[in-house]
Amino acid sequence: MLWIAIRMLTGDAQKFYGLLFGIAFSTLLITQQLTIFVNLIERGASGVYNAPEAEVWVMDPVSRTTDVNYAMPSTALDEVRSVPGVEWAVPHLRAVASVRTGTGDLEGVAIIGVDDATLIGMPENMVAETKEVLSQPDAVVIDDGGVFNLFENGEDPIGQRLELNDQRAVIRGVADSIPSFTSQVVLYTKYSQALNYVPGTRNRLTFVLAGVTEGETAAGVADRIEEQTGLKAETREEFAQAGVDFIVQNTGIPTNFGITVVLGFVVGVAIVGLTFSLFIRDNIKQFGALKAIGVTNSKIVGMVSAQAALVGAVGYALGVIGTVTFIWAFSGNPFFKGFYIPWQIPLISLAAVVVILAITGWIALRSVLNTEPASVFR
Amino acid sequence: MNAESAICARGIIRDFQAGQSTIRVLHGIDTDIRSGEMTYVVGESGSGKTTLISIMCGILWPTEGEVQVFGTDIYSLSDTELVNFRLNNIGFIFQQYNLIPSIDAAANAAVPLIAKGMAIEPARQKAIELLEKLNIGDQANKLPNQLSGGQQQRVAIARALVHEPRLVVCDEPTAALDASSGRRVMDLLREVAVAPDRACIIVTHDNRIFDLADRILVLEDGRVTHDGTDMPDDH
Repeated sequence: MLWIAIRMLTGDAQKFYGLLFGIAFSTLLITQQLTIFVNLIERGASGVYNAPEAEVWVMDPVSRTTDVNYAMPSTALDEVRSVPGVEWAVPHLRAVASVRTGTGDLEGVAIIGVDDATLIGMPENMVAETKEVLSQPDAVVIDDGGVFNLFENGEDPIGQRLELNDQRAVIRGVADSIPSFTSQVVLYTKYSQALNYVPGTRNRLTFVLAGVTEGETAAGVADRIEEQTGLKAETREEFAQAGVDFIVQNTGIPTNFGITVVLGFVVGVAIVGLTFSLFIRDNIKQFGALKAIGVTNSKIVGMVSAQAALVGAVGYALGVIGTVTFIWAFSGNPFFKGFYIPWQIPLISLAAVVVILAITGWIALRSVLNTEPASVFR
Repeated sequence: MNAESAICARGIIRDFQAGQSTIRVLHGIDTDIRSGEMTYVVGESGSGKTTLISIMCGILWPTEGEVQVFGTDIYSLSDTELVNFRLNNIGFIFQQYNLIPSIDAAANAAVPLIAKGMAIEPARQKAIELLEKLNIGDQANKLPNQLSGGQQQRVAIARALVHEPRLVVCDEPTAALDASSGRRVMDLLREVAVAPDRACIIVTHDNRIFDLADRILVLEDGRVTHDGTDMPDDH
């Protein structure tokens, strides 16, 4: 009977494709929007991920994320270095500045000052040149996403001169970095040089990045730093999560994406529910005849379930393929750099599809089960 | 001719609710349907003939009364037992055929076999043999909408007989056919559906085919007013 059920469904091409469209569209909307949401909020942690050597981030107690920070006195660096379990500690400066490009445009940029000697605080990989170019006079390294924002397509950024808060800066390399949440242009330079680029205030050391000695845990060392210095110290994972949490708590993004996901679900229920109901209504005489002939209700349930399962499986696969295609197609766009589909998201979409089909299938099934076999004689 | 009783209906009463009021459609009908006969149930619209055969073939519960089909008190069976009883013993031919539009004639005719658990291909083969007997074997691979009304009727007949039921129930089998086609279908039904161990009940008000009946039950206002081999003179 399942074969008959499937043929009944696929034989009505319009409704079959309508059902597939409903499920695929819902899956696409839910999967794609959740994927963008997760990748977007994970960019709240990009500042942490772009400094892979740092095991512990030390900051003023009021600092919350890499971008929401409050500078500390420069003596904080020595205080951290004196804490047992700290193998190394380097200064890290993060500030914003305005840059005037060669064409006269003004652009807000993030200045990141990394340790002069070790260059700790730089992204791991470079797209063009090496990290050592920072030893050249007035050198800055731009992030690859920033190249798209500051320069016309195809224009080579290497050697380009910028006016950075009235100071001269020359782009000497391009870093392979994870874009920030705001996709702001990022310029990496040595800590000592960064002090020249950002307006002078009494305290300008925004973070101290630390490594822990062998046998120590980052969490244990962080606790010890807090205890001994009164500063705030978080492990790499804690600070990355703080960046994500900040976006979740302080922007309307979760609400907006949540609304879209809910709309995807509602649209799925509406399209699939309506089409499935129409399909059942069109076939109610046939179902009634089957019941009269001697097909049990449990077999009817099996038939409708098989129809729902087919629509669900194919529609879901199309939706997920659509999402993968979308992410793949836009992978060249700097905004989508590094986007991936966490394995949990297809599972969430699958659960949504199952719920959609359970609701609509149950509604459709009710009318079939309530059909009296005797109605075929009327 | 084997004249054993296939259906024994006693004291059949059927009421329907219409808003606040109760309408009695059948008023204590006692009748027997015999194997080896083609029995017509005739009457005006609203006389209760469809209700009566629905009850006699186990798809509508009587308000009161007892129905034995081949010795089984069908309304004492559980729901599942009754469904299985219908599947094993009764073949249906519906007025509007109710063929499944997206499967071909052979598969439509094979539905009762598939419902009984037979694999698709053997079921189709058996159905095709029957379609050939009904002279539409060459249409076996066509969808219902590619068949004429008469051909669809034959597919419906094949579906009713493919699992070799002991009781065949037909609802207005000639209503959608012209006179000659109607008679051909009835001849065909007599040929394939009437057998010594099989009963055939036909609900009709098509007076063009009354002469083909072995026995005619006339219903008026939910009561059997005539039971004989011919129609009464006043009809």
